[in-house]
Amino acid sequence: MRPFKTLQKLYDEESQVVITEKGSPPRVLFHGENFLQEDLPVGTRVIFPRPPLAGVPNVKAAIRYAINHPEGMEPLHALLKPGMRLTCVIDDISVPLPPMVTPDVRQTILEIVLELAADSGVDDVHLIIANALHRRMTEGEMKRMVGEKIFDAYYPDRYYNHDAEDPDGMVALERTSHGEEVSVNRRVAESDLIVYVNVNFVPMNGGHKSMGTGVSNYASLRHHHNPKTIRASDSYMEPKTSALYKSNERIGRNIDKHLKVFHIETALNNRMFGGPTDFLAKKEEDYTEADRLKFQAMRFALSKVPRAAARKVLNSIPAPYDVTGVYAGATEPTHQKTLETSYKQYVVPVEGQSDIVIFPIPFISPYSVNSILNPLLVQVMGLGYFYNLNRGVPLVKKGGVLILLHPAYDEFDPEHHPSYIEFFHRLLPETRDSMKLEHKYEREFAENPSYVHLYRKGNAYHGVHPFYMWYWGENGRQHVGKVIVAGAENNHVPALMGWERTDTLTEAIEEARGFMGRSASISLLRIAPTVMVDVK
Amino acid sequence: MPSKAAFFDVDGTLVKTNVVHVYAYYAMNRGSVLGIAGRTLSTALSVPLFGVMDAVDRKTFNEFFYRYYAGLSEDRLVTIAEDMFEDVLQPALFEQTQDLIDQARRSGCKIVLVTGALDFTMRPLARHLGADDLIANKMQFVGGKATGKVIPPIIEGANKANAIRAYCTREGLSLDKCHGYSDSASDYAMLAVVGRPTAVNPDLRLRSIARAYNWPILDLK
Repeated sequence: MRPFKTLQKLYDEESQVVITEKGSPPRVLFHGENFLQEDLPVGTRVIFPRPPLAGVPNVKAAIRYAINHPEGMEPLHALLKPGMRLTCVIDDISVPLPPMVTPDVRQTILEIVLELAADSGVDDVHLIIANALHRRMTEGEMKRMVGEKIFDAYYPDRYYNHDAEDPDGMVALERTSHGEEVSVNRRVAESDLIVYVNVNFVPMNGGHKSMGTGVSNYASLRHHHNPKTIRASDSYMEPKTSALYKSNERIGRNIDKHLKVFHIETALNNRMFGGPTDFLAKKEEDYTEADRLKFQAMRFALSKVPRAAARKVLNSIPAPYDVTGVYAGATEPTHQKTLETSYKQYVVPVEGQSDIVIFPIPFISPYSVNSILNPLLVQVMGLGYFYNLNRGVPLVKKGGVLILLHPAYDEFDPEHHPSYIEFFHRLLPETRDSMKLEHKYEREFAENPSYVHLYRKGNAYHGVHPFYMWYWGENGRQHVGKVIVAGAENNHVPALMGWERTDTLTEAIEEARGFMGRSASISLLRIAPTVMVDVK
Repeated sequence: MPSKAAFFDVDGTLVKTNVVHVYAYYAMNRGSVLGIAGRTLSTALSVPLFGVMDAVDRKTFNEFFYRYYAGLSEDRLVTIAEDMFEDVLQPALFEQTQDLIDQARRSGCKIVLVTGALDFTMRPLARHLGADDLIANKMQFVGGKATGKVIPPIIEGANKANAIRAYCTREGLSLDKCHGYSDSASDYAMLAVVGRPTAVNPDLRLRSIARAYNWPILDLK
């Protein structure tokens, strides 16, 4: 351990960008279910998340204020009429990550909305989870999300997962001007009022995507969840530069034309770690002796238990997120407000792109809550989400090198990701070309009766979902010159992905420098918590 | 015109019953009242033997049991089959069976039941589920009476795979695109011959095979 004084280098405490110096402390980096502690080359730019914004002092008051002073719509109480059919559509378990401490903000919103509905004589109320083609949430997860009282009152008849494959459960609305099919859940389509309960974890969530994707089906989603649309999206996190969002916008506007949707959006800060793990959100320069001891103890413990147990432990630590804003009303003006708050939390301005960018990959993703971060999900985290955590200009230069830190183990969860297994083992050895995969295999997987059954009756992601994961990484794949996975425990997973592997980060940086030149610039996105870059 | 089919084993895959139940039903419903009593007693005594034989070798079990049908008229067997469907098979259908079959049809598959049971016992079920075809064993009849012998080849084990392959050739289907569903490792050949095998409520051996080959596993309820 270095002496404490040498670790306390002078640096701009306000800045989230730290340039590595000779005496800089080693960085604590996620590496799947454990951590690496690595020294980085002098000159490496380390981009840290912003400190958590202060939460609203009274969440319930903020929700009440938002629904009484909505954007572009009448207050919620004025929209509620006795005898009407009301459906609350709720974001699923994919946000936030990790799941937040209870009460989840969705529970708080629902408690207020349902009480108001009851006072207004609205009895026909359903709660539908907007899981789109994600897996159905389990009973326990559903209970945790809305609290025992609501769960007991509504589950299972009036609180359930959306089923995009129910032959009688979907309604087709008119197509968009671009010919995109618009399908929504039948109960939603036949409701007099829809209240969408959103948790805006990253700027990609919310807005028209909520309804346009959340309660839709494969027939509609395939119009934007495809390689062509992804390639035309500079960043998923910036609606202005995202063809994906624009397609959702066209679909969402169609929905708004036919249905009355009252959105309640919430922005969270990035207080992802609390209690014993709060040091993970700090710059290493700010670590105390206690933090360093806690880290070493945690790292040691995680290295001594089987990976499944480490995963279980990490998944069981909820995040103490604070609500930083609640906005309500019509889709677009509401979402605009949410985005502003979201950017305020996440965006760190940086000067210029880098030749080499390092992404530590943590144990969790939106699609692996209480499950395994399989190789396709590692791919989507690196080349999909982290690569897109920008406002239109990626952190890595065109033709540059991405270094992912993850063991890249060949593990899949057959209960949650059955079609991923076939995709990985049968399709990827044949081709990694998204266009070819889409053309040749997408429909087959989407319609495979076994996968449809597992989606509808089990807790599996839809058969087509691994394709979406692959498409999600399309921009990153097209942009970078090389991907190296550092600390990969095998050869075949990186090989199937088209990546290279090294044992250590140091070797990966050496290899990347060999590819980009000795003077290559290096950036580390020190994630998690969440951070987005605005590259100038 | 479908270019693929979904082949479903029946016992344990679509219905909770085992073939032993079907045979027992037949055994107890033939002939006179006294005959019924006698046969019920002998069947009851034989059931443990049936169970053991079935567990060890389905082919031997089938051949052994088919002898019980000798002398029964075809009309009688068909009539009993309808009752047996109502009394035994229909109540034993998994709740999600119809959903799975409907989904297979929506995805463009012909629906084919493949079973080691006798065809007349399975026809009411095939009709009920809306199956397009039935691949099953056929009893030999002479002068309208069952001989107790089955027309070879007996549909079980590897022969199920042969029958499926022959069916696909005959119907112009792509075996590679076809789906297969079974609960038992004894149907490994049937599952291995199609391009899209799925284990349904699998026994331990099939579960481990399915895990090894990355076949989807359904827990039909």
